[in-house]
Amino acid sequence: MKVIAAMSGGVDSAVAAARAVEAGHEVIGVHLALAANPQKYRSGARGCCTIEDSHDARRAADVIGIPFYIWDMAEEFHDGVVEDFLAEYAAGRTPNPCLRCNEKIKFAAVLDRARAMGFDGVVTGHYARTQIGPHGKTLHRAVDHSKDQSYVLSVLTREQIDGAIFPLGDTTKVDIRAEAESRGLAVAQKPDSHDICFVPSGDNAGWLRDRLGSDVGPIVDQSGTKIGEHKGAYTYTIGQRKGLGLTVPTADGSPRFVLKIEPVTNTVIVGAREDLAITSMRGERPVWCGPPASDLPQRGFVQIRAHGAALECTYFIENNQLVATLDIPLLGLATGQAMVIYDGDRVVGSATICETA
Amino acid sequence: MSSIYVDHAATTPMVEAAMKAMVNQLSELGNPSSLHSHGRATRKTLEDAREIIAKEVGCLPTEVIFTASGTEANNIALKGLYWAGRAVGKNVVVISAIEHHAILDPAHWLSAHEGAEVIEIPVTRNGVIDLDFLMKLVSDRSSEIAVISVMHANNETGVVQPVAEVIKIARDIPVHSDAVQSFKKTELSFSDLGVTALTLSAHKIGGPLGIGALILRRTMEIPSLLHGGGQEREIRSGTLNAPSIVAFAAAAKSDVYRREEIMQIRDRFISGIQKAMPDALINGIEANRLPGIVNVTFPRTQSDTLLLLMDNAGVSCSTGSACSAGVHEASHVLLAMGHTPATAQSSLRFSFGAASTQADCDFVLSVLPDVIAWGRAANSV
Repeated sequence: MKVIAAMSGGVDSAVAAARAVEAGHEVIGVHLALAANPQKYRSGARGCCTIEDSHDARRAADVIGIPFYIWDMAEEFHDGVVEDFLAEYAAGRTPNPCLRCNEKIKFAAVLDRARAMGFDGVVTGHYARTQIGPHGKTLHRAVDHSKDQSYVLSVLTREQIDGAIFPLGDTTKVDIRAEAESRGLAVAQKPDSHDICFVPSGDNAGWLRDRLGSDVGPIVDQSGTKIGEHKGAYTYTIGQRKGLGLTVPTADGSPRFVLKIEPVTNTVIVGAREDLAITSMRGERPVWCGPPASDLPQRGFVQIRAHGAALECTYFIENNQLVATLDIPLLGLATGQAMVIYDGDRVVGSATICETA
Repeated sequence: MSSIYVDHAATTPMVEAAMKAMVNQLSELGNPSSLHSHGRATRKTLEDAREIIAKEVGCLPTEVIFTASGTEANNIALKGLYWAGRAVGKNVVVISAIEHHAILDPAHWLSAHEGAEVIEIPVTRNGVIDLDFLMKLVSDRSSEIAVISVMHANNETGVVQPVAEVIKIARDIPVHSDAVQSFKKTELSFSDLGVTALTLSAHKIGGPLGIGALILRRTMEIPSLLHGGGQEREIRSGTLNAPSIVAFAAAAKSDVYRREEIMQIRDRFISGIQKAMPDALINGIEANRLPGIVNVTFPRTQSDTLLLLMDNAGVSCSTGSACSAGVHEASHVLLAMGHTPATAQSSLRFSFGAASTQADCDFVLSVLPDVIAWGRAANSV
């Protein structure tokens, strides 16, 4: 096949591109320039589209021996990922921008452009696997569960998964680094990226405050009594305990947790740990990553964080929304995150959580 | 797959005579500034080379100042002439809007760090500087202008600029001209032209990389950028790079660049494009241009996509414009000619050189229609 390898400048995408070449594909390396004003250098593990990263990607492509280009996707990234991130926070939800980037950039803008140019698919360094079965191509967890990225890929439609190649899903990260070393790739020991790439300072709350303002508002308990003040409701996350700055103690001295964020009134509602418990969740815009689920409701597992546990559940569709009811209650779930349904290691589908109960 | 090189304006193969001269000189020992026999031998060879280049560009040997690049020569000229002017109360730097970044960026640096007032001369739709604008500017502010810098021919479009007219208008204001693309490609004589300073680069004419020259009128004294041994008229310091300089001279003396033939290849290339893609726009087509450069706008495409597809089809060409962090910027040259950012970013530069053949031209024409079709498809998703 003729494929585009998305190369971030990190070790994973470099090895993925090399493996795609070895698998017999005709591979062209592409680095996505996502920041309108890129930083010159990486600072630690943060960010992944500095000028230094694009040099690392180019160097890896040269060592592997494939053509290399830089595609400017800054506008698409800003509109589809950064703006969405801000809008979600402003609406009191907690978005996952990596997921949005896979949905709108890597497997949409890039895959669409690649296909229009006569390429068959996109290779990335994600830790996930695909399998071809009687119902077509399906998405599965990586062998290395500690690195598994199937969660952030769960927004991909069947058509997108058809054009996706994940060469690293069968290998552990330790082995990928060793392989990079033996392939002579200088990025073998480059630190992993963490955090949000477009918040280079790592100060998520400060970054949001600069853009959304910092309107002071009340922190109230469940009875509505004001017990503190915050500087921007969107900087809080459901289940958050630290950094509330509350001076009025509870009667029994137990800690308080963020239960709810109300953007319209700019109010943060706090309460006891047990009040965080939920037994069902509801997600909008459901996507099936393989064959659409049938004979619903079905038993399965739902995962609500990138590296969270898979929780036993029953799931079904109601009013075009994906609903999962949990066998065991869960403490603290933010809307805006993805609920991803698994059948064993297979990703069935996902939706964006809009309601919990 | 065959691989066709049509990016000679970026760099072009070294001519054989230059390679030989360079290799021979690499085995010679002696710093040309040394007084002993070894030094004198290198000095002799080097001064022979200086005389050859002086003859080729129509200046006195003493007017040739060797530099490590065209960029360095441009920096010495623009900053030096500005500082010389500022010492007598002149603070204005005039450049054309279509200068290479090696002039644009020093000019903007002078503005940001030295307080210079930078004025850009606009260009017409054909990419030629607006002489009326310059005439009015000089008549209004003659006593304030430290330097005027107008390139001899543009590197993106090949459009030759009316430098002789600029000099007439400028009268006693120092004029610098970046002639990196013009040298050996079109008529160029330092003395006939009457410029104060002229920039040359070896690797654009079949010489080696890393050597250039500033031709500076012998009576002109300017402050230097690099301080040290003062080897080149106290204006440029650094041990002279004899192997590169002799190779530069060998390339300057060579007559491998056949202007008429290359112009014919270029014109057949343009006809081929116009026939296959009637909506393609040849930038600067009505102006006097260098023989080898063709700049084409292909509406509804993106140049970075086209470059990938051309490369994949075995053709090395260019957008001609600068990159910022690897991302192609809309060309300031095409924008100055009236393009929108979108049309500026759907343009490619093809440049033919001494080694180019009609077969090269035919091959590019054979892959171009498909590449443009793919590029349009990719641009519409």
